[in-house]
Amino acid sequence: MSLETITTILGGLTIGAALMVVISRHPVRSVLYLVLTFFLISSNYILMNAQFLAVVNIIVYAGAIMVLFLFVLMLLNLDKDSEPKTHVLVKIASVVAGGILFTVLIAALKDGIALGEAAAPSAQNNEGLVQNLGQLLFSKYVLPFEVSSVLFIASMVGAVLLAKREKQVID
Amino acid sequence: MQSLSNRKKVVSNKKMTFLEKIYLPAIFGGMWITFKHLLRKNNTLRYPEHTREFAPVYRGQHVLKRDEEGRENCTACGLCAVACPAEAITMVAAEREKGEEKLYREEKYAASYEINMLRCIFCGLCEEACPKEAVFLTDRIVPTNFERDSFVYGKDRLVEDINNRIDITKRQHTGKRTEK
Amino acid sequence: MEISELIEKLALIVALFGVTLGIAAYATYFERKVAAWFQDRIGPDRAGPFGILQPLADGGKLFFKEDFIPANAEKWLFIMGPGIAMFTALMTGSVIPWSTDLELFGQTVALQVADINIGILFIMGFLSIGVYGIMIGGWASNNKFSLFGAIRASSQMISYELAMGICVITIVMMSGSLSLRDIVNTQHGMNWNVFYQPLAFVIFFICSLAETNRAPFDLAECESELIGGYHTEYGSMKMGFYLFAEYVSLFTSSAVISVLFFGGFNFPGMDNFDGNTLAILGVVAMFTKTFFFIFVFMWIRWTIPRFRFDQLMHLGWKSLIPISIINMLITGLVIAFNEGWFK
Repeated sequence: MSLETITTILGGLTIGAALMVVISRHPVRSVLYLVLTFFLISSNYILMNAQFLAVVNIIVYAGAIMVLFLFVLMLLNLDKDSEPKTHVLVKIASVVAGGILFTVLIAALKDGIALGEAAAPSAQNNEGLVQNLGQLLFSKYVLPFEVSSVLFIASMVGAVLLAKREKQVID
Repeated sequence: MQSLSNRKKVVSNKKMTFLEKIYLPAIFGGMWITFKHLLRKNNTLRYPEHTREFAPVYRGQHVLKRDEEGRENCTACGLCAVACPAEAITMVAAEREKGEEKLYREEKYAASYEINMLRCIFCGLCEEACPKEAVFLTDRIVPTNFERDSFVYGKDRLVEDINNRIDITKRQHTGKRTEK
Repeated sequence: MEISELIEKLALIVALFGVTLGIAAYATYFERKVAAWFQDRIGPDRAGPFGILQPLADGGKLFFKEDFIPANAEKWLFIMGPGIAMFTALMTGSVIPWSTDLELFGQTVALQVADINIGILFIMGFLSIGVYGIMIGGWASNNKFSLFGAIRASSQMISYELAMGICVITIVMMSGSLSLRDIVNTQHGMNWNVFYQPLAFVIFFICSLAETNRAPFDLAECESELIGGYHTEYGSMKMGFYLFAEYVSLFTSSAVISVLFFGGFNFPGMDNFDGNTLAILGVVAMFTKTFFFIFVFMWIRWTIPRFRFDQLMHLGWKSLIPISIINMLITGLVIAFNEGWFK
């Protein structure tokens, strides 16, 4: 089996899992399909020899963020009766909006394919390995890296502030 | 109040010191205690193979004794039944016929003698009340069963076998009755 | 990939699988024995001499029990839960180096299933996925106690993963590699990380207690409050898988602790040996350390009472994480100083 076949199969599976996220009726199932999607994306990373990114993707997204998602969803009351009824007009509007977004994405990707083929990382390059990635992060991409960490700290402080309400005085 | 056991500890909400706050010394102390138990000899008794020895005064299943010649001691006087606080003993008396001298020691004997083992509290008062040294409690355990009826022990299970005497010397109050 | 290499890896995988399952099975027996010793009892001694057939008897019992799925459970997720728990627990062992290379039939056999250059991250990844087995199982049971157990387990595991990860970063800074084999090789002889990073070791150990859901952090399955926690509704071998997965992860986390902090297969005086002798002695050293930590895990379980949940969260977020961050910063400063950054 050539690398290309594996890539194709994996890509198909990834898209299928991602579709199932949208199609599944039950929110918890959607989240679980999303977790599966992250795994498949990670395996795509491994095919591109980006092991570090693959594992970090699993640790951060599948291991932490999705667990929190699942956590919240499990605590929600997921009865079908309590779901708000959506108006037909709203449904039509959402379909139109989604379709437009889809078209824009397709249009953007169409140019991207040609670009990507030129710059596609081959399995032989070692950019995804830890050492090279570290070198790149702290030399070429040091500004975006630091900016994103500042962003994270800002959001963390915000979350702490939101969570820390003033102490209520009980009369 | 003065503590009786000298183990009383006054609970307080005092501030913990640094060593107490990091918990680790206390945890290591606890682990040392459990480790000492690891080396200690266990005191488990492997039950079916080994049984714990009964106390000499243990009061278990009753026996109706025979005398040295194999005659039943019981004369169905009914004192045990009167003494029994749980009212577990019933009996029917009968007169000894000619030719039965080998079976019963005196002229009157118990035609039936029943102890309900579910009622019995194994207090030993029957044994104390008996003037003829006929009923004794032994160090045997009353076996379990599923039917209630089977706990009413008749003479078939109470009277000792001639060839298989039951030793009651541990509980025997000697000198109570002299041989005629 | 050559056929011989394929066979070699396959044999290694099967061997590791068998050893892991065997050790996990006997860990259940050993746990009961250790508990008995600590409580001045004898422990299981009926199945075979000294009760050594007890795991088989337990397994047989679990296999022949009724396989039950509650009526309102999510059937497929209910079945998947124990599978995921077992899978993630078993996968962790694949990157652990068990010893130096072995010379066999003229070939060099690395006693490690996969030497990937992100080994420690791989372990962290599978630890973090391990939550899913518990969460899915607990939610799919459609039982409030199971859900409580699942939620406790997941919040506990996420909280303690952070402090654990920071301790791992400290070790990675010490050895300069994410590969477990490199981490072990930097601790040659008696040059173990625990002597340089005792604080990181203590924190990592506490966190691995929490990650394996063992006492004093077994709040996810505390029987006095939650009946059985996330596996309340489980029976038969599904339940067995959950219990087994706990012992498998007990074994792997003991192995990880000995790799990260106690030099893995290194032992003092290892320079006097070479070749196969060294490899075999390395395996012995590695397993001695692992078994010691399994014993310590059990020792702690039968000594320390369970934490309260808010105490658990306080310990995780307010003590362990700040301490480990400070520890990491100091380590970074010392390393930078040694490299001559401040001159």
